[in-house]
Amino acid sequence: MIGKTVVARPSPHPETWLQVRPEGLYCQPADLFIDPIRPVARAAITHGHADHARPGHEAVLTSAETLAIMQARFGPASVGGATTPHWHEPVTIGEVSVQLVPAGHILGSAQVVLTWRGTRVVISGDYKRSADPTCRPFEPVACDVFVTEATFGLPVFRHPPIAGEIATLLASVARQPERAHVVGVYALGKCQRVICELRRAGWDRPIFVHGALQSLCDLYQAHGVDLGPLLPATVAAKSAMAGAIVLAPPSAIADRWARRLPDPVVCLASGWMRVRQRAKQRGVERPLVISDHADWDELLTTIADIAPGEVWVTHGAEEALVHQLQSTGQQARALALIGRELEGS
Amino acid sequence: MQRFAALLDGLLYAPQRTVKLALLREHLATVPDPARGWALAALTGEVALPAAKPALVRALIAERMDPELFRLSYDFVGDLAETVALAWPAPPGDGGPVPDLPEVIERLAAASRTEVPRLLSTWLDALDATGRWALLKLITGGLRVGVSARLARQAVADWAERPVADIEEVWHSLTPPYLALFHWLDGQGSRPTAEDHPSFRPVMLAQPLEEADLAALTPSHYAAEWKWDGIRVQIVGRGAQRRVYSRTGDDISAAVPDLLSSLDSARVPFDGVLDGELLVGDLGPAGWSVRSFNDLQQRLNRKTVSARLQAAYPVFVRAYDLLVIGGEDLRAQPWQQRRAALEAWHAHHQLERIDLSHLVAFDSWEQLDLLRQEAGRSTNGAIEGVMLKRRDSPYLAGRPKGPWFKWKRGALTIDAVLMYAQRGHGKRSSFYSDYTFGCWQDGTLVPVGKAYSGFTDVELQRIDRFVRDNTTNRFGPVREVSPALVFEVAFDSVHPSPRHRSGLALRFPRIARIRWDKPAAEADQVSTLAALVG
Repeated sequence: MIGKTVVARPSPHPETWLQVRPEGLYCQPADLFIDPIRPVARAAITHGHADHARPGHEAVLTSAETLAIMQARFGPASVGGATTPHWHEPVTIGEVSVQLVPAGHILGSAQVVLTWRGTRVVISGDYKRSADPTCRPFEPVACDVFVTEATFGLPVFRHPPIAGEIATLLASVARQPERAHVVGVYALGKCQRVICELRRAGWDRPIFVHGALQSLCDLYQAHGVDLGPLLPATVAAKSAMAGAIVLAPPSAIADRWARRLPDPVVCLASGWMRVRQRAKQRGVERPLVISDHADWDELLTTIADIAPGEVWVTHGAEEALVHQLQSTGQQARALALIGRELEGS
Repeated sequence: MQRFAALLDGLLYAPQRTVKLALLREHLATVPDPARGWALAALTGEVALPAAKPALVRALIAERMDPELFRLSYDFVGDLAETVALAWPAPPGDGGPVPDLPEVIERLAAASRTEVPRLLSTWLDALDATGRWALLKLITGGLRVGVSARLARQAVADWAERPVADIEEVWHSLTPPYLALFHWLDGQGSRPTAEDHPSFRPVMLAQPLEEADLAALTPSHYAAEWKWDGIRVQIVGRGAQRRVYSRTGDDISAAVPDLLSSLDSARVPFDGVLDGELLVGDLGPAGWSVRSFNDLQQRLNRKTVSARLQAAYPVFVRAYDLLVIGGEDLRAQPWQQRRAALEAWHAHHQLERIDLSHLVAFDSWEQLDLLRQEAGRSTNGAIEGVMLKRRDSPYLAGRPKGPWFKWKRGALTIDAVLMYAQRGHGKRSSFYSDYTFGCWQDGTLVPVGKAYSGFTDVELQRIDRFVRDNTTNRFGPVREVSPALVFEVAFDSVHPSPRHRSGLALRFPRIARIRWDKPAAEADQVSTLAALVG
């Protein structure tokens, strides 16, 4: 745990200086929005997924990696004046000290730590606690208010260790060498993490990737994440794909695009695959429970580690998590953010 | 239990029959007795456990979990067994020894009602989420992983490299975990005897007749019978037991208690194997008159059949053949002799719910063709055509080419408009391959049926393109399309059906032709279809 213990003294409660506005969460004394969904004058961005990072802000404070991701996704001109402090380096805006601390979600993902007049709020964005070779691990920060996601905020969500899921995939490939395994992955984060874990499990053959995944894979490699040999799936001959592992966006795996593959085994890497009927409904033959979000146990462990004065819950199953926290004596409430679509789950 | 859970999990996700068969074969080859036999029994619904009610499962989870969290979880997941399996809190430390499938079944079968909850919670603590799911599915009944008893027997046959008929013939004399079967198939024991048991005998099926075949066939070598549109069944009596099987060897006795009690009330209990057609009809002075297949369907696929249903839809069997009588196997004898034995048996016993299939006299194929067409018209499809049976043919399992033919009358057709398309499964999962089509009624289209077959792969690609280019609305995997594509739909018959908006249901609809040329407005009216109901 980093940061000093917050000394109790008469300080303004965070609810007096943070507000939920139509654009997103707003820090008044810094005139700063965190992950706004509309263009604003000044924004802090936790990470590059499209439900957090949007183009068109006049000034942006974010990690260097996230800035690179935003520029790759939206074009260099779509991101205004950027400040990219080092990890933990405080930047003062107005009277507010702003720090970025790793969140463990994807490359460049950060918690935004706001300290003002002796009170501290941590906006964790999306995070997870399990190991991920593509990004820095989550660091707990002592605070008065911890703003947490709750994408998988139900006790049915417990993500198994990723090595087991990768082993399942490789066993299926070995058993059906005449078929291609097409794995649905989100383009940013999940894709590169799955590739790294395949490499770690000994899969050193070229991995075929859908065109929509290539540029972000290149970006990860440029940031020192070694993905090994990748080939475009679009130009490979059908016969070369037998026994291959092919990564594609979830929208492509059971659609026309996948017809270029020999008798594909449709796989999908997502935390939602924990629920069988979800997987069946999507026509998935090999579900892989792999998520970049904290599962139920990780949410509870993280909040217990930090022991904040109060928890604000957003993004997902707020009701269940708030209920659970309150029943263990932890102050908690739902932070009603609006207009948020899930990505990168 | 973990192996069984992994098998269930694999079967649930496998879209293709071949993949399911491969999973089952692997299980049979690598899992020892008695676990593999119990797995097979669980899949084919032959494990009789004291039913654990969903209420018991709810009570168990209520002891372990906050009720509000459970409610929210169940709302999200939507399936009790799966919710409990996923949300069951792991006990601190080691969960204890993981039970295997035989232990679960044997201990549950022996447990008293008060012991069951404690046994279950011990096992739920020991198992992982997939194991818990399999256990809960097993005890609450209804595995629903897409494996029929027939598929399970096929897997046993494939694994043992024997014809499936060999397995079917002994199957019903066996009880789980089928040790005698596996002993025999492993080459360590003799074939289980089916002598004293009302066992199913694999059914003989007919080849479809191509009109070109007729020139090579001599009319006097063949007997002709009407082909009735019911379901093919086999009645087996042995000792005090009577059974009715479907043609795939599924025991359907529970659906026909009236038929069984009429057999039991005979002066001499039926001891033999009878092949016939199960039909619904009315018994008048001139014998049974056959009702439509639609009426028969009211009696099928039910766990129990109420007295009201039995009275409203009386069943009987029209006998085609006699395979065994009084312990004597007639299957090697020529059809002519078996027929004589059948007639003699029928005349002697006069059972109310069994009548005799009528032989159609004919001198030439032309004459039989006319009779065939006429019979189909006059009975609205209750007669589907004629069966030709070589007079010297023995009763052979399967569908041998030559001795028996079915000569169906031509299908009926309508022109209907494609309304909705749904994605297929497995190899067709990227194609819109399941079609709902409709006919006109007062200027709007009303759905009249669904079809999944009758087109080539090339045609499928073209229809798929049409669906994507003409989508007007999407409902999950279903697309609504603008009414612009006409299918010529072939079907065997049409019946009234209160469950369908059009009030009609088609039997065996399939796409006969794709009418890319035909304007949708010129497709048929619902009233045209209604006129085809007899």
